[in-house]
Amino acid sequence: MYQIKKDRLPELFAAMAGTQDLFLPIRKADQTNYGLWTEEVQVDLDTLKTVKSGKDCFFPQSETLYSCKKEDGKLSIDPAKLTDEPFVVFGMRACDVQGLKVLDNVFLNDPVDSFYAARREHGTVVAIACHEPEETCFCKVFGIDAANPAADVAAWFVGEELYWKALTEKGEALTESVKALFTEADESAVEEEKKQIQAIIEKLPFSHLDLSRFTPERTMELFDSPLWEEMFKPCLACGTCTFVCPTCQCYDIKDFDTGSGVQRYRCWDSCMYSDFTMMAHGNMRTSQMQRFRQRFMHKLVYYPANNDGMFSCVGCGRCVSKCPASLNIVKVIKKLGGEA
Amino acid sequence: MQERLIERAKELLSDGTVVRVLGWKQGDLGYNPEPAYFNSPEELKDFVYDGFCGANLSKYMIAAGKMEGNTLVFLKPCDTYSFNQLIKEHRVNREKTYIIGVGCKGTLDIDKIKNAGIKGIESISQDGDTLKIQTIYGEKEFPFNDALLERCTVCKGKTHQVYDELIGAEEGEEAGPAGNRFEMVEKLEAMTPEERFAFWQNELSKCIRCNACRNVCPACSCLKCVFDSNKFDSAQKANVDTFEEQMFHVIRAFHVAGRCTDCGECSRVCPQGIPLHLLNRKFIKDINEFYGPYQAGEDTDSRAPLTDYTFEDVEPGIVTERGGKH
Repeated sequence: MYQIKKDRLPELFAAMAGTQDLFLPIRKADQTNYGLWTEEVQVDLDTLKTVKSGKDCFFPQSETLYSCKKEDGKLSIDPAKLTDEPFVVFGMRACDVQGLKVLDNVFLNDPVDSFYAARREHGTVVAIACHEPEETCFCKVFGIDAANPAADVAAWFVGEELYWKALTEKGEALTESVKALFTEADESAVEEEKKQIQAIIEKLPFSHLDLSRFTPERTMELFDSPLWEEMFKPCLACGTCTFVCPTCQCYDIKDFDTGSGVQRYRCWDSCMYSDFTMMAHGNMRTSQMQRFRQRFMHKLVYYPANNDGMFSCVGCGRCVSKCPASLNIVKVIKKLGGEA
Repeated sequence: MQERLIERAKELLSDGTVVRVLGWKQGDLGYNPEPAYFNSPEELKDFVYDGFCGANLSKYMIAAGKMEGNTLVFLKPCDTYSFNQLIKEHRVNREKTYIIGVGCKGTLDIDKIKNAGIKGIESISQDGDTLKIQTIYGEKEFPFNDALLERCTVCKGKTHQVYDELIGAEEGEEAGPAGNRFEMVEKLEAMTPEERFAFWQNELSKCIRCNACRNVCPACSCLKCVFDSNKFDSAQKANVDTFEEQMFHVIRAFHVAGRCTDCGECSRVCPQGIPLHLLNRKFIKDINEFYGPYQAGEDTDSRAPLTDYTFEDVEPGIVTERGGKH
């Protein structure tokens, strides 16, 4: 384990960014989101949760797949270049790291999503333990340990120091490249920090939600529950929950008319949107209740049924704090799970 | 006041005046009540009315008006402007609505509290001008007025524009902190076009196109929004280029111009904290200057400035005439 003084972080960032792109939480217009590091940006590592998760770094909200151009009567097709340079994502949290695992099951299994796979191959994730977890956090429910983020490198802020520990080969390689800035550290301060984090997590209001009723055997019972009709009513049918979610992976493919050609791109889609399941024959989900139900059934029942029980919610709590109508997956878990 | 609201709602349900109540339901954190329907007196045990009931329930009445039987809805003073405007646009059914106008001391913005570094919030209570906040990291205090939503710092007034009865709303009650709601618009007007462009670029580039602003907006009540139609190029779910990024919000502001009551819901719900209300206020300010003071939602039958024509109307050249200040 290594350590570096917090006030020397700009040097660390410059060192990492010297050889590759570095993405990290940046404060802009009063909000914190992931962005590309330059010397001018305002890095914000105090905000526990960025508005959007770091998902964008691997699965951007919008990306061009290929472009078609017509010049002198000839049509040319230009596939978008896959990421082939290494990059670092610094500052993710344990929940967001687990979010990537959820995406891996979807995009890295056959048929492999080459855009996502290229980014996963070239990206190194440095994740920070959650010094002060918040009331909206419930990662513990999904077996995630906020004190021990399972990324390429795990890091901890304790007092004026950042502690750094490589956990994978990629993490070792990154560490090697910036090692000159570090000093060797002993683990006792970090062990104490971990205990404190875990003690706080125990006390959080949503840390002990009961998921036992969300099993594949109960699929039809949960699907047919009359409670959906009551729960969906305040839903505004916006896409906030979907777009701030670290695990939502649905996208739409669209064409953008550039005037002299077409850019075929994909962009995040939301099952909350009315045209989400629009197909040539029509739309099989015709009401907002059905759309609302889909989102939570997918997270809590369908996905785990197809992925060895792994839920596709990681308890980051972004939807809890961002839903305009104060609806969220916690309320759904409690209601359907029989707690409320 | 919450108890009085519950008691009255129970009476109106029991005597058959209404078959359902639209209000706010206790959340599972100290600050997240949700809009909810209550269909029986028993269900009202979860009813809540406090500073975090910012949600304007007027737009829900479009759907409620199509349900069988009458609906009781609780509206805060500024919510009633939205409801009135929806009456004017024939979007809600006044006959099937029983409105209790509720008094309002201002609604709160949890993000202001959190941005001050207060985290791990377990409960929030009010003690005079101070919010007492119990957190996992100890008890904190926060001034009530500093936690107000922006819209409440420039409160339109405590007078309900439409209601069947009032509870907790005293006649002639003073409005909340009365800031100048056009202050920021004036600042933007005073900027050079480049500065103004940079301001909006910085803000709008945060937009994730979640459509929360549109979906919450009582003036956005089209059955099918042009941005949801896959028949047009306008149907985008992402900011493909900067044109798209800038145009969505500007087009929306144009569309609600003259109908926007300045309820502030767009800015309240934006997950990226974009001050969308400033676009609407620019229109409101211009309408006030060009056609005389006008407040959408103040009445249900007047002709609105932008849907009326008089010989005195300003000519299109007005922008140039006032020295290109736009």
